Amino acid sequence: MGQRRWLAYLITLIILVILWHGASLLLGSNLLPGPLPVFTRMGEEIGKKVFWGHLQASAWRMIAGLFCASLAAIPIGLILGSSQRLDRMFAPLIYLSYPIPKIVLMPIILLLFGLGDASKIVLIALITFFQLLITTRDSARKISTEVIYSLKSLGGNRWHFFRHVVWPVSLPGIFTSLRIGTGTAVAVLFFVESISSRRGLGLYLIDSWGRADYNAMFVGIIALSAVGIVLYELFDILEKRLCKWRNL
Amino acid sequence: MGTSLELLKVEGLRKEFRNGVQPKTVLQGVTFDLSSYDSLSIVGPSGCGKTTLLLILSGLLAPTEGRLQLEGELLMKPTSKIALVLQEYGLFPWKNVASNITLGARLQKIRLPLEELASLKRELGIEGLDHLYPHQLSGGQRQRVALARALLLHPRLLLLDEPFAALDTITREHLQNHLLTVFHHRQFSFIIVTHNIEEAIFLGRRILILDHEPPGMRTVIENPEMGALDYRKNSAFFQRTLEIRQILKDAAWDRDAG
Repeated sequence: MGQRRWLAYLITLIILVILWHGASLLLGSNLLPGPLPVFTRMGEEIGKKVFWGHLQASAWRMIAGLFCASLAAIPIGLILGSSQRLDRMFAPLIYLSYPIPKIVLMPIILLLFGLGDASKIVLIALITFFQLLITTRDSARKISTEVIYSLKSLGGNRWHFFRHVVWPVSLPGIFTSLRIGTGTAVAVLFFVESISSRRGLGLYLIDSWGRADYNAMFVGIIALSAVGIVLYELFDILEKRLCKWRNL
Repeated sequence: MGTSLELLKVEGLRKEFRNGVQPKTVLQGVTFDLSSYDSLSIVGPSGCGKTTLLLILSGLLAPTEGRLQLEGELLMKPTSKIALVLQEYGLFPWKNVASNITLGARLQKIRLPLEELASLKRELGIEGLDHLYPHQLSGGQRQRVALARALLLHPRLLLLDEPFAALDTITREHLQNHLLTVFHHRQFSFIIVTHNIEEAIFLGRRILILDHEPPGMRTVIENPEMGALDYRKNSAFFQRTLEIRQILKDAAWDRDAG
Protein backbone atom coordinates (compact mmCIF):
# COMPACT_ATOMS: atom_id res chain seq x y z
CA MET A 1 0.00 0.00 0.00
CA GLY A 2 1.34 3.42 -0.93
CA GLN A 3 2.50 5.97 1.61
CA ARG A 4 -0.27 8.40 0.61
CA ARG A 5 -2.87 5.76 1.20
CA TRP A 6 -1.53 5.02 4.68
CA LEU A 7 -1.66 8.74 5.40
CA ALA A 8 -5.28 8.94 4.18
CA TYR A 9 -6.16 6.03 6.48
CA LEU A 10 -4.40 7.68 9.42
CA ILE A 11 -6.13 11.02 8.88
CA THR A 12 -9.54 9.31 8.57
CA LEU A 13 -8.84 7.36 11.76
CA ILE A 14 -7.87 10.51 13.65
CA ILE A 15 -11.04 12.30 12.47
CA LEU A 16 -13.19 9.33 13.50
CA VAL A 17 -11.59 9.21 16.97
CA ILE A 18 -12.11 12.98 17.41
CA LEU A 19 -15.77 12.68 16.37
CA TRP A 20 -16.19 9.69 18.66
CA HIS A 21 -14.65 11.63 21.56
CA GLY A 22 -16.96 14.59 20.88
CA ALA A 23 -20.04 12.34 20.73
CA SER A 24 -18.99 10.66 23.96
CA LEU A 25 -18.70 14.03 25.72
CA LEU A 26 -22.11 15.02 24.36
CA LEU A 27 -23.97 11.81 25.26
CA GLY A 28 -22.06 10.96 28.43
CA SER A 29 -19.60 8.13 28.94
CA ASN A 30 -22.27 5.82 30.43
CA LEU A 31 -24.05 5.67 27.12
CA LEU A 32 -21.07 6.05 24.80
CA PRO A 33 -17.64 5.40 26.31
CA GLY A 34 -14.86 7.62 24.95
CA PRO A 35 -11.93 6.36 22.87
CA LEU A 36 -9.42 6.50 25.71
CA PRO A 37 -11.08 3.98 28.10
CA VAL A 38 -11.94 1.75 25.12
CA PHE A 39 -8.32 1.76 23.85
CA THR A 40 -7.07 1.11 27.40
CA ARG A 41 -9.45 -1.82 27.65
CA MET A 42 -8.38 -3.02 24.26
CA GLY A 43 -4.76 -3.07 25.46
CA GLU A 44 -5.84 -5.30 28.35
CA GLU A 45 -7.93 -7.61 26.15
CA ILE A 46 -5.16 -8.03 23.59
CA GLY A 47 -3.05 -9.55 26.35
CA LYS A 48 -5.70 -12.21 27.04
CA LYS A 49 -5.73 -15.57 25.28
CA VAL A 50 -9.55 -15.72 25.40
CA PHE A 51 -9.92 -12.57 23.31
CA TRP A 52 -7.57 -13.95 20.64
CA GLY A 53 -9.66 -17.14 20.64
CA HIS A 54 -12.76 -15.09 19.79
CA LEU A 55 -10.90 -13.13 17.12
CA GLN A 56 -9.42 -16.24 15.58
CA ALA A 57 -12.80 -18.02 15.48
CA SER A 58 -14.51 -15.10 13.76
CA ALA A 59 -11.69 -14.52 11.25
CA TRP A 60 -11.57 -18.22 10.35
CA ARG A 61 -15.35 -18.38 9.83
CA MET A 62 -15.32 -15.33 7.58
CA ILE A 63 -12.36 -16.45 5.50
CA ALA A 64 -13.65 -20.02 5.18
CA GLY A 65 -17.18 -18.82 4.32
CA LEU A 66 -15.97 -16.44 1.63
CA PHE A 67 -13.54 -19.05 0.31
CA CYS A 68 -16.26 -21.72 -0.01
CA ALA A 69 -18.62 -19.23 -1.68
CA SER A 70 -15.88 -18.18 -4.15
CA LEU A 71 -14.93 -21.76 -4.89
CA ALA A 72 -18.45 -22.51 -6.04
CA ALA A 73 -19.68 -19.14 -7.34
CA ILE A 74 -16.70 -18.01 -9.44
CA PRO A 75 -16.44 -21.05 -11.77
CA ILE A 76 -20.24 -21.26 -12.14
CA GLY A 77 -20.45 -17.50 -12.80
CA LEU A 78 -17.67 -17.68 -15.42
CA ILE A 79 -19.34 -20.58 -17.20
CA LEU A 80 -22.82 -19.00 -17.15
CA GLY A 81 -21.45 -15.62 -18.24
CA SER A 82 -19.66 -17.06 -21.23
CA SER A 83 -22.40 -19.43 -22.39
CA GLN A 84 -25.72 -17.85 -23.37
CA ARG A 85 -27.35 -21.26 -23.61
CA LEU A 86 -26.42 -22.32 -20.06
CA ASP A 87 -27.22 -18.87 -18.72
CA ARG A 88 -30.72 -19.02 -20.21
CA MET A 89 -31.16 -22.50 -18.77
CA PHE A 90 -30.19 -21.55 -15.20
CA ALA A 91 -31.49 -17.96 -15.13
CA PRO A 92 -34.94 -18.90 -13.70
CA LEU A 93 -33.31 -20.83 -10.86
CA ILE A 94 -31.05 -17.90 -9.99
CA TYR A 95 -33.79 -15.28 -10.26
CA LEU A 96 -36.09 -17.32 -8.02
CA SER A 97 -33.51 -18.23 -5.39
CA TYR A 98 -31.54 -14.94 -5.22
CA PRO A 99 -34.23 -12.79 -3.54
CA ILE A 100 -34.95 -15.37 -0.80
CA PRO A 101 -33.40 -13.94 2.41
CA LYS A 102 -31.02 -16.81 3.17
CA ILE A 103 -30.62 -15.64 6.78
CA VAL A 104 -34.08 -17.10 7.53
CA LEU A 105 -32.56 -20.52 6.88
CA MET A 106 -30.34 -20.06 9.94
CA PRO A 107 -32.42 -22.32 12.27
CA ILE A 108 -32.28 -25.15 9.70
CA ILE A 109 -28.56 -24.67 9.16
CA LEU A 110 -27.93 -24.69 12.92
CA LEU A 111 -29.94 -27.90 13.21
CA LEU A 112 -28.05 -29.50 10.37
CA PHE A 113 -24.53 -28.28 11.11
CA GLY A 114 -24.59 -27.69 14.88
CA LEU A 115 -23.34 -24.76 16.94
CA GLY A 116 -19.68 -24.99 15.88
CA ASP A 117 -17.82 -23.40 13.00
CA ALA A 118 -19.57 -25.35 10.22
CA SER A 119 -22.99 -23.67 10.58
CA LYS A 120 -21.45 -20.16 10.50
CA ILE A 121 -19.27 -20.98 7.50
CA VAL A 122 -22.20 -22.51 5.62
CA LEU A 123 -24.43 -19.51 6.30
CA ILE A 124 -21.79 -16.97 5.19
CA ALA A 125 -21.03 -19.07 2.11
CA LEU A 126 -24.71 -19.41 1.23
CA ILE A 127 -25.42 -15.70 1.52
CA THR A 128 -22.30 -14.43 -0.27
CA PHE A 129 -22.53 -17.16 -2.93
CA PHE A 130 -25.33 -15.40 -4.82
CA GLN A 131 -23.64 -11.98 -4.68
CA LEU A 132 -20.46 -13.49 -6.08
CA LEU A 133 -22.25 -15.61 -8.67
CA ILE A 134 -24.28 -12.76 -10.14
CA THR A 135 -21.38 -10.28 -10.25
CA THR A 136 -19.01 -12.85 -11.78
CA ARG A 137 -21.59 -13.89 -14.37
CA ASP A 138 -22.32 -10.26 -15.31
CA SER A 139 -18.59 -9.47 -15.57
CA ALA A 140 -18.01 -12.47 -17.85
CA ARG A 141 -20.84 -11.29 -20.11
CA LYS A 142 -18.91 -8.11 -20.97
CA ILE A 143 -16.70 -9.86 -23.53
CA SER A 144 -16.82 -8.27 -26.97
CA THR A 145 -17.19 -10.34 -30.14
CA GLU A 146 -14.00 -8.71 -31.41
CA VAL A 147 -11.96 -10.19 -28.56
CA ILE A 148 -13.45 -13.63 -29.18
CA TYR A 149 -12.65 -13.43 -32.91
CA SER A 150 -9.19 -12.19 -32.10
CA LEU A 151 -8.44 -15.12 -29.82
CA LYS A 152 -9.87 -17.68 -32.22
CA SER A 153 -7.86 -16.27 -35.13
CA LEU A 154 -4.71 -16.68 -33.01
CA GLY A 155 -5.52 -20.36 -32.61
CA GLY A 156 -7.17 -20.17 -29.19
CA ASN A 157 -9.42 -22.99 -27.99
CA ARG A 158 -12.13 -23.11 -25.29
CA TRP A 159 -9.60 -23.41 -22.46
CA HIS A 160 -7.54 -20.51 -23.83
CA PHE A 161 -10.77 -18.49 -23.97
CA PHE A 162 -11.31 -18.99 -20.22
CA ARG A 163 -7.65 -18.54 -19.33
CA HIS A 164 -6.83 -15.49 -21.48
CA VAL A 165 -10.20 -13.75 -21.86
CA VAL A 166 -13.00 -14.73 -19.47
CA TRP A 167 -10.81 -14.85 -16.35
CA PRO A 168 -9.01 -11.50 -16.78
CA VAL A 169 -12.19 -9.74 -17.93
CA SER A 170 -14.11 -11.00 -14.90
CA LEU A 171 -11.42 -10.53 -12.27
CA PRO A 172 -12.16 -6.86 -11.37
CA GLY A 173 -15.86 -7.72 -10.95
CA ILE A 174 -14.96 -10.71 -8.79
CA PHE A 175 -12.86 -8.54 -6.48
CA THR A 176 -15.64 -5.96 -6.24
CA SER A 177 -18.11 -8.64 -5.19
CA LEU A 178 -15.59 -10.09 -2.71
CA ARG A 179 -15.27 -6.66 -1.11
CA ILE A 180 -19.05 -6.28 -0.93
CA GLY A 181 -19.24 -9.87 0.30
CA THR A 182 -16.84 -9.03 3.15
CA GLY A 183 -19.30 -6.45 4.51
CA THR A 184 -22.14 -8.95 4.23
CA ALA A 185 -20.05 -11.66 5.89
CA VAL A 186 -19.29 -9.42 8.92
CA ALA A 187 -23.00 -8.69 9.37
CA VAL A 188 -24.02 -12.35 9.02
CA LEU A 189 -21.24 -13.46 11.35
CA PHE A 190 -22.23 -11.01 14.07
CA PHE A 191 -25.86 -12.09 13.80
CA VAL A 192 -25.24 -15.81 13.93
CA GLU A 193 -22.48 -15.64 16.58
CA SER A 194 -24.60 -13.46 18.83
CA ILE A 195 -27.44 -15.99 18.71
CA SER A 196 -25.71 -19.33 18.89
CA SER A 197 -22.02 -19.62 19.54
CA ARG A 198 -19.50 -20.61 22.14
CA ARG A 199 -16.73 -18.53 20.60
CA GLY A 200 -16.40 -15.55 18.31
CA LEU A 201 -16.44 -11.76 18.38
CA GLY A 202 -20.23 -11.65 17.94
CA LEU A 203 -20.61 -13.60 21.17
CA TYR A 204 -17.94 -11.47 22.89
CA LEU A 205 -19.75 -8.30 21.82
CA ILE A 206 -23.27 -9.36 22.79
CA ASP A 207 -22.02 -10.84 26.07
CA SER A 208 -20.31 -7.54 26.97
CA TRP A 209 -23.51 -5.69 26.09
CA GLY A 210 -25.52 -8.04 28.33
CA ARG A 211 -23.15 -7.33 31.22
CA ALA A 212 -23.33 -3.55 30.48
CA ASP A 213 -19.57 -3.64 29.94
CA TYR A 214 -19.64 -1.01 27.22
CA ASN A 215 -15.87 -0.61 27.02
CA ALA A 216 -15.51 -4.31 26.16
CA MET A 217 -18.48 -4.05 23.79
CA PHE A 218 -16.68 -1.33 21.85
CA VAL A 219 -13.51 -3.44 21.82
CA GLY A 220 -15.63 -6.17 20.17
CA ILE A 221 -17.04 -3.70 17.63
CA ILE A 222 -13.54 -2.49 16.72
CA ALA A 223 -12.15 -6.02 16.49
CA LEU A 224 -15.00 -7.25 14.28
CA SER A 225 -14.63 -4.19 12.04
CA ALA A 226 -10.86 -4.74 11.90
CA VAL A 227 -11.33 -8.30 10.60
CA GLY A 228 -13.58 -6.91 7.84
CA ILE A 229 -11.16 -4.08 7.03
CA VAL A 230 -8.16 -6.43 6.81
CA LEU A 231 -10.01 -8.73 4.40
CA TYR A 232 -11.29 -5.76 2.37
CA GLU A 233 -7.76 -4.39 2.11
CA LEU A 234 -6.40 -7.83 1.20
CA PHE A 235 -8.79 -8.06 -1.75
CA ASP A 236 -7.80 -4.56 -2.77
CA ILE A 237 -4.09 -5.44 -2.77
CA LEU A 238 -4.77 -8.67 -4.68
CA GLU A 239 -6.78 -6.77 -7.30
CA LYS A 240 -3.95 -4.28 -7.77
CA ARG A 241 -1.49 -7.14 -8.24
CA LEU A 242 -3.63 -9.23 -10.56
CA CYS A 243 -5.35 -6.45 -12.53
CA LYS A 244 -2.34 -4.19 -13.09
CA TRP A 245 -3.74 -2.98 -16.39
CA ARG A 246 -6.66 -1.25 -14.64
CA ASN A 247 -4.49 0.74 -12.26
CA LEU A 248 -2.18 2.52 -14.67
CA MET B 1 5.26 -8.94 -57.20
CA GLY B 2 2.13 -10.77 -58.27
CA THR B 3 3.54 -14.18 -59.18
CA SER B 4 1.03 -16.64 -60.56
CA LEU B 5 1.25 -18.95 -57.51
CA GLU B 6 -2.32 -19.20 -56.33
CA LEU B 7 -2.79 -18.69 -52.62
CA LEU B 8 -6.52 -18.24 -52.10
CA LYS B 9 -9.44 -19.30 -54.25
CA VAL B 10 -12.96 -18.14 -53.39
CA GLU B 11 -15.84 -19.60 -55.38
CA GLY B 12 -19.55 -18.70 -55.26
CA LEU B 13 -19.54 -17.54 -51.68
CA ARG B 14 -22.94 -16.87 -50.14
CA LYS B 15 -23.73 -15.94 -46.55
CA GLU B 16 -27.16 -15.83 -45.05
CA PHE B 17 -27.99 -14.80 -41.48
CA ARG B 18 -31.11 -15.98 -39.71
CA ASN B 19 -32.08 -13.29 -37.26
CA GLY B 20 -35.69 -14.09 -36.45
CA VAL B 21 -37.99 -15.59 -39.07
CA GLN B 22 -36.73 -13.86 -42.22
CA PRO B 23 -33.30 -14.99 -43.45
CA LYS B 24 -31.08 -12.17 -44.73
CA THR B 25 -28.52 -12.72 -47.46
CA VAL B 26 -25.53 -10.42 -46.94
CA LEU B 27 -23.16 -11.91 -49.53
CA GLN B 28 -23.85 -13.68 -52.78
CA GLY B 29 -21.80 -14.98 -55.68
CA VAL B 30 -18.47 -13.75 -54.35
CA THR B 31 -15.74 -15.26 -56.50
CA PHE B 32 -12.12 -14.21 -56.71
CA ASP B 33 -8.63 -15.51 -56.24
CA LEU B 34 -5.45 -14.15 -54.76
CA SER B 35 -1.87 -15.00 -55.62
CA SER B 36 1.08 -15.24 -53.28
CA TYR B 37 2.64 -11.85 -52.50
CA ASP B 38 -0.46 -10.07 -53.77
CA SER B 39 -2.98 -7.63 -52.36
CA LEU B 40 -6.70 -6.99 -52.65
CA SER B 41 -8.78 -4.11 -51.34
CA ILE B 42 -12.46 -4.53 -50.59
CA VAL B 43 -14.69 -1.45 -50.64
CA GLY B 44 -18.42 -0.96 -50.53
CA PRO B 45 -21.21 0.81 -48.67
CA SER B 46 -21.84 0.17 -44.97
CA GLY B 47 -23.63 -3.10 -44.34
CA CYS B 48 -22.61 -4.74 -47.64
CA GLY B 49 -20.91 -7.63 -45.85
CA LYS B 50 -17.25 -6.55 -46.04
CA THR B 51 -16.42 -7.61 -42.48
CA THR B 52 -18.53 -10.77 -42.88
CA LEU B 53 -16.49 -11.68 -45.96
CA LEU B 54 -13.26 -11.13 -44.03
CA LEU B 55 -14.48 -13.30 -41.16
CA ILE B 56 -15.37 -16.06 -43.61
CA LEU B 57 -11.94 -15.78 -45.22
CA SER B 58 -10.30 -16.08 -41.80
CA GLY B 59 -12.22 -19.29 -41.12
CA LEU B 60 -14.13 -17.76 -38.21
CA LEU B 61 -17.51 -17.80 -39.97
CA ALA B 62 -18.78 -20.60 -42.15
CA PRO B 63 -20.28 -19.61 -45.49
CA THR B 64 -23.84 -20.73 -46.27
CA GLU B 65 -22.69 -21.74 -49.73
CA GLY B 66 -19.45 -21.68 -51.68
CA ARG B 67 -15.91 -22.94 -51.44
CA LEU B 68 -12.72 -21.50 -50.04
CA GLN B 69 -9.32 -22.96 -50.76
CA LEU B 70 -6.01 -21.92 -49.28
CA GLU B 71 -2.98 -23.30 -51.11
CA GLY B 72 -5.22 -25.91 -52.67
CA GLU B 73 -6.74 -27.09 -49.39
CA LEU B 74 -10.30 -26.48 -48.26
CA LEU B 75 -10.45 -23.79 -45.59
CA MET B 76 -12.86 -24.77 -42.83
CA LYS B 77 -11.43 -23.18 -39.66
CA PRO B 78 -8.82 -20.63 -38.52
CA THR B 79 -5.27 -21.53 -39.43
CA SER B 80 -1.91 -20.01 -38.55
CA LYS B 81 -1.41 -19.38 -42.29
CA ILE B 82 -4.01 -16.60 -42.05
CA ALA B 83 -3.74 -13.69 -39.61
CA LEU B 84 -6.51 -11.24 -38.85
CA VAL B 85 -6.31 -7.64 -37.65
CA LEU B 86 -9.70 -6.32 -36.62
CA GLN B 87 -11.10 -2.80 -36.72
CA GLU B 88 -10.37 -2.07 -33.04
CA TYR B 89 -7.06 -3.96 -33.43
CA GLY B 90 -8.28 -6.87 -31.25
CA LEU B 91 -5.60 -6.29 -28.64
CA PHE B 92 -6.32 -7.57 -25.15
CA PRO B 93 -6.39 -4.61 -22.72
CA TRP B 94 -5.31 -6.84 -19.80
CA LYS B 95 -2.11 -7.96 -21.52
CA ASN B 96 0.92 -5.78 -22.04
CA VAL B 97 2.47 -5.23 -25.47
CA ALA B 98 4.93 -8.14 -25.14
CA SER B 99 2.19 -10.59 -24.09
CA ASN B 100 -0.17 -9.35 -26.77
CA ILE B 101 2.41 -9.83 -29.52
CA THR B 102 3.48 -13.30 -28.44
CA LEU B 103 0.01 -14.59 -27.55
CA GLY B 104 -0.49 -16.45 -30.84
CA ALA B 105 2.87 -18.20 -30.49
CA ARG B 106 2.06 -19.16 -26.90
CA LEU B 107 -1.40 -20.49 -27.76
CA GLN B 108 0.06 -22.60 -30.54
CA LYS B 109 3.06 -23.63 -28.41
CA ILE B 110 5.54 -22.27 -30.95
CA ARG B 111 8.96 -21.28 -29.64
CA LEU B 112 10.31 -18.30 -31.51
CA PRO B 113 13.90 -17.09 -31.45
CA LEU B 114 14.16 -13.86 -29.45
CA GLU B 115 16.04 -12.25 -32.32
CA GLU B 116 13.09 -12.79 -34.63
CA LEU B 117 10.74 -11.02 -32.25
CA ALA B 118 13.20 -8.18 -31.80
CA SER B 119 13.63 -7.77 -35.55
CA LEU B 120 9.85 -7.62 -36.12
CA LYS B 121 9.49 -4.97 -33.42
CA ARG B 122 12.34 -3.02 -34.97
CA GLU B 123 10.73 -3.29 -38.39
CA LEU B 124 7.45 -1.93 -37.06
CA GLY B 125 9.02 0.70 -34.82
CA ILE B 126 7.57 -0.60 -31.55
CA GLU B 127 10.73 -1.29 -29.58
CA GLY B 128 10.69 -0.33 -25.93
CA LEU B 129 6.92 -0.62 -25.54
CA ASP B 130 6.91 -4.17 -24.12
CA HIS B 131 5.76 -3.33 -20.60
CA LEU B 132 3.03 -0.89 -21.67
CA TYR B 133 -0.66 -1.79 -21.91
CA PRO B 134 -2.79 -1.03 -25.01
CA HIS B 135 -4.58 1.93 -23.38
CA GLN B 136 -1.18 3.55 -22.79
CA LEU B 137 -0.38 3.53 -26.52
CA SER B 138 -1.34 5.93 -29.30
CA GLY B 139 -3.68 4.72 -32.07
CA GLY B 140 -0.75 4.28 -34.45
CA GLN B 141 1.27 2.29 -31.91
CA ARG B 142 -1.72 0.06 -31.16
CA GLN B 143 -2.10 -0.61 -34.87
CA ARG B 144 1.57 -1.54 -35.23
CA VAL B 145 1.39 -3.84 -32.18
CA ALA B 146 -1.63 -5.55 -33.76
CA LEU B 147 0.34 -5.93 -37.00
CA ALA B 148 3.32 -7.36 -35.11
CA ARG B 149 1.06 -9.91 -33.41
CA ALA B 150 -0.44 -10.86 -36.75
CA LEU B 151 2.90 -11.14 -38.55
CA LEU B 152 4.87 -12.93 -35.85
CA LEU B 153 3.85 -16.40 -37.00
CA HIS B 154 4.66 -15.65 -40.68
CA PRO B 155 1.16 -15.92 -42.09
CA ARG B 156 0.75 -16.44 -45.82
CA LEU B 157 -2.30 -14.17 -45.81
CA LEU B 158 -3.01 -11.11 -43.70
CA LEU B 159 -6.61 -9.90 -43.36
CA LEU B 160 -7.13 -6.31 -42.29
CA ASP B 161 -10.54 -4.90 -41.33
CA GLU B 162 -10.46 -1.12 -41.65
CA PRO B 163 -7.16 -1.05 -39.81
CA PHE B 164 -6.49 2.68 -40.15
CA ALA B 165 -10.05 4.00 -39.81
CA ALA B 166 -9.57 5.52 -36.37
CA LEU B 167 -6.32 7.33 -37.23
CA ASP B 168 -5.66 10.86 -38.42
CA THR B 169 -4.71 11.37 -42.08
CA ILE B 170 -0.96 11.75 -41.56
CA THR B 171 -0.64 8.74 -39.24
CA ARG B 172 -2.83 6.75 -41.61
CA GLU B 173 -0.66 7.52 -44.64
CA HIS B 174 2.46 6.80 -42.62
CA LEU B 175 1.10 3.40 -41.60
CA GLN B 176 -0.07 2.62 -45.12
CA ASN B 177 3.51 3.18 -46.31
CA HIS B 178 4.75 1.12 -43.39
CA LEU B 179 2.42 -1.74 -44.29
CA LEU B 180 3.73 -1.73 -47.86
CA THR B 181 7.35 -1.76 -46.67
CA VAL B 182 6.67 -4.77 -44.43
CA PHE B 183 4.66 -6.39 -47.25
CA HIS B 184 7.55 -6.11 -49.69
CA HIS B 185 10.07 -7.24 -47.10
CA ARG B 186 8.12 -10.27 -45.84
CA GLN B 187 6.28 -11.03 -49.08
CA PHE B 188 2.95 -12.20 -47.69
CA SER B 189 -0.43 -11.46 -49.28
CA PHE B 190 -3.04 -9.22 -47.77
CA ILE B 191 -6.70 -8.33 -48.12
CA ILE B 192 -7.81 -5.02 -46.70
CA VAL B 193 -11.39 -3.94 -46.05
CA THR B 194 -11.80 -0.19 -46.07
CA HIS B 195 -14.31 2.62 -46.44
CA ASN B 196 -11.61 4.87 -47.77
CA ILE B 197 -11.35 4.81 -51.59
CA GLU B 198 -7.85 6.35 -51.64
CA GLU B 199 -6.62 3.74 -49.17
CA ALA B 200 -8.13 0.94 -51.27
CA ILE B 201 -6.35 2.24 -54.38
CA PHE B 202 -3.04 2.81 -52.64
CA LEU B 203 -2.92 -0.66 -51.10
CA GLY B 204 -4.78 -3.08 -53.36
CA ARG B 205 -3.41 -4.54 -56.58
CA ARG B 206 -7.04 -5.31 -57.28
CA ILE B 207 -10.08 -3.58 -55.83
CA LEU B 208 -13.20 -5.59 -55.18
CA ILE B 209 -16.36 -3.52 -54.89
CA LEU B 210 -19.20 -5.03 -52.91
CA ASP B 211 -22.82 -3.94 -52.91
CA HIS B 212 -25.74 -4.87 -50.71
CA GLU B 213 -28.70 -4.38 -53.05
CA PRO B 214 -28.39 -6.97 -54.53
CA PRO B 215 -25.82 -8.36 -52.08
CA GLY B 216 -22.53 -9.44 -53.56
CA MET B 217 -19.79 -8.34 -55.93
CA ARG B 218 -20.35 -5.29 -58.08
CA THR B 219 -17.03 -5.43 -59.91
CA VAL B 220 -13.29 -6.00 -59.61
CA ILE B 221 -10.87 -3.32 -60.78
CA GLU B 222 -7.27 -4.01 -61.70
CA ASN B 223 -4.86 -1.57 -60.11
CA PRO B 224 -1.39 -2.61 -61.26
CA GLU B 225 0.27 0.70 -60.28
CA MET B 226 -0.38 -0.04 -56.60
CA GLY B 227 2.66 0.41 -54.40
CA ALA B 228 4.48 2.61 -56.92
CA LEU B 229 6.55 5.44 -55.59
CA ASP B 230 4.47 8.63 -55.25
CA TYR B 231 1.40 6.81 -56.57
CA ARG B 232 -0.78 9.11 -54.45
CA LYS B 233 0.41 12.10 -56.55
CA ASN B 234 -0.05 10.30 -59.86
CA SER B 235 -2.88 11.16 -62.28
CA ALA B 236 -3.72 7.43 -62.60
CA PHE B 237 -4.46 7.48 -58.87
CA PHE B 238 -6.98 10.30 -59.26
CA GLN B 239 -8.56 8.68 -62.29
CA ARG B 240 -9.04 5.43 -60.39
CA THR B 241 -10.50 7.33 -57.45
CA LEU B 242 -13.07 8.94 -59.76
CA GLU B 243 -13.82 5.60 -61.41
CA ILE B 244 -14.54 3.86 -58.09
CA ARG B 245 -16.46 6.83 -56.76
CA GLN B 246 -18.66 6.67 -59.88
CA ILE B 247 -19.25 2.92 -59.46
CA LEU B 248 -20.30 3.44 -55.83
CA LYS B 249 -22.54 6.36 -56.82
CA ASP B 250 -24.17 4.26 -59.56
CA ALA B 251 -24.71 1.49 -57.03
CA ALA B 252 -26.37 3.93 -54.65
CA TRP B 253 -28.49 5.29 -57.52
CA ASP B 254 -29.58 1.75 -58.49
CA ARG B 255 -30.52 1.04 -54.89
CA ASP B 256 -32.58 4.23 -54.60
CA ALA B 257 -34.25 3.59 -57.99
CA GLY B 258 -35.03 0.01 -56.95
